Amino acid sequence: MNETTAKPTAQDERLRHTSWIAQLMKRPELGALSGLAFVTVFFALTADPVMFSLSGILNFLSPAAQVGILAIGASLLMVGGEFDLSVGSMVAFAGLVFGATVTVLDMPLFVAVLVTMLTAIAIGATNAQIVLRTGLPSFIVTLALLFILRGLALVGVKWATGGSTQLRGIADRVSEDPLLPFLAGDAFSGFFQWLADHDVIAKFPNGAPMAPGVPIELVWFLALTAIATWVLLRTRFGNWIFASGGDAAAATNSGVPVRRVKTYLFIITACCAALVAVITVLDAGSTDPRRGFQKEFEAIIAAVIGGCLLTGGYGSAIGAFLGSIIFGMVMIGLTYTRIDQDWYQVFLGGMLLIAVLFNNAIRRRVTGER
Amino acid sequence: MTAPIVRMEAIEKHFGNIIALAGVSFDVVPGECHCLLGDNGAGKSTFIKIMSGVQRPSAGQIFVEGQPTTFRNPREAMNAGIATVYQDLAMITLMSVTRNFWMGREPTKGWGPFRRLDVKNAERITIESMRSMGINLREADQAVGTLSGGERQTIAIARAVHFGAKVLILDEPTSALGVRQTAKVLATIDKVRKRGVGVVFITHNVRHAMAVGDRFTVLNRGRTHGTAKRGEITAEELQNLMAGGQELEALEGSLAGTV
Repeated sequence: MNETTAKPTAQDERLRHTSWIAQLMKRPELGALSGLAFVTVFFALTADPVMFSLSGILNFLSPAAQVGILAIGASLLMVGGEFDLSVGSMVAFAGLVFGATVTVLDMPLFVAVLVTMLTAIAIGATNAQIVLRTGLPSFIVTLALLFILRGLALVGVKWATGGSTQLRGIADRVSEDPLLPFLAGDAFSGFFQWLADHDVIAKFPNGAPMAPGVPIELVWFLALTAIATWVLLRTRFGNWIFASGGDAAAATNSGVPVRRVKTYLFIITACCAALVAVITVLDAGSTDPRRGFQKEFEAIIAAVIGGCLLTGGYGSAIGAFLGSIIFGMVMIGLTYTRIDQDWYQVFLGGMLLIAVLFNNAIRRRVTGER
Repeated sequence: MTAPIVRMEAIEKHFGNIIALAGVSFDVVPGECHCLLGDNGAGKSTFIKIMSGVQRPSAGQIFVEGQPTTFRNPREAMNAGIATVYQDLAMITLMSVTRNFWMGREPTKGWGPFRRLDVKNAERITIESMRSMGINLREADQAVGTLSGGERQTIAIARAVHFGAKVLILDEPTSALGVRQTAKVLATIDKVRKRGVGVVFITHNVRHAMAVGDRFTVLNRGRTHGTAKRGEITAEELQNLMAGGQELEALEGSLAGTV
């Protein structure tokens, strides 16, 4: 089954040497990696070369990061054997909580972020408690939350604004806040200016770099991917996530606190949504109840393209990272080509279908099913 | 005979108006293989669930090394040295042998937020303890799904022994296996017993029980018919006790003693 050579080793003649290709073939990220290669080649051939300039790359990585932060949470939860369809509505609801704390209650950014995160923790814990206590599929429980939170976001925005469907003036209130650089704008802008001054990167005639810096959501996205990967592969909690999703009963019998693991995962997913809400609300300066619309599907699709099995117990954060970049590339990339933007959803659905078929084959290979 | 590690006294278990166990007594001493036999529905599974802390008895007492004990959950039973290898093995096919081996008790190193899995040690110990049970793993990160049923049993047993099991409960370990795989598992039971572990071997196969058992207890409809030592009882007698006597006699007429 595996590509191996019969070369015996010193310690144990039965230890077969496995080629790195065979090792790679077993990684959950393989599908996403080949997908990314395919999409890159596709746009390299069809798109305006500006797409792959520094500013072009940052331009598609920014929406990729917004989907990606959600996808990292979604992928951990999916490895843990559960779903959360409410993350998109969670973005809207958290955006409202954040915006209302800043504008209506006139609180500083620090307090608003804290209140938003606590709300996310409460909602994530609620999702988890309903799923765990009733034993109902998380699909249906979080589908209910999808509508409830979306509706509450609409009700809340109208309450906070006295009847309007848009909550404005959020960015203005916190524009001087010391915490702002961590949640809005571009990071490393000084470094980018320095690079432009020394003609390393492209600049406008006035001397400003074409890429003003790394969008802050991209920094968060990279950091969260690194942390999630480390947790999954190198910590005890990571092993518990795999175990809880692989077979909850077996994990419980082996002493894994499955309920606690799943509760944490629901909370992490909700907090990822809240983070996206804070970042995008600060970016837009306002919020409305349509924020995060259908993001739950995009996050789950990115996680699945990244190798997460719908049945749980298998997947990776790096895969979700790559899946999200594919997402951003296709979404923005089409505007650089002559292809009509309307093809976006066709492309996306096709990618999802191919990814699922591919993952199924990988799972058979790993588990030795025939 | 040495003192029992675990002694179960007059255990009863009721589920609503169903009496699953009506006063079962059972014990296991170090280094023996005590077979618990019974037909489907005899109460074997309920009994071992009580012994391994999954369920609590409605009446009766459990003594661990002479001390009366109650297990609130499987973890407490595990900490007391009672390990269970379930029929479905508590094995996760998508995960590697090493990850399965350490599941729930992962070795860590480092401090605070940097506490991480000690992957090197985990893999080394896994490979070593599998080898001591007679299985050479090709790779420590091989998924359990690629192993045979007998090999999976061995991981589960090796895992329990490594974590200091004094009593090892094996729930029908041979029922789903072929002849050669069964022989391997029975040989593993023998190895474990020789290390001084008390083995509780649950089965409905009299021949498998006779192959390794030191003592035999038969459960029938939630009751025991007492415990017999090796040499005191024949396979036919065990078979009859399991079936509750008369039914099998009737059967035997038509099958000419082939059961």
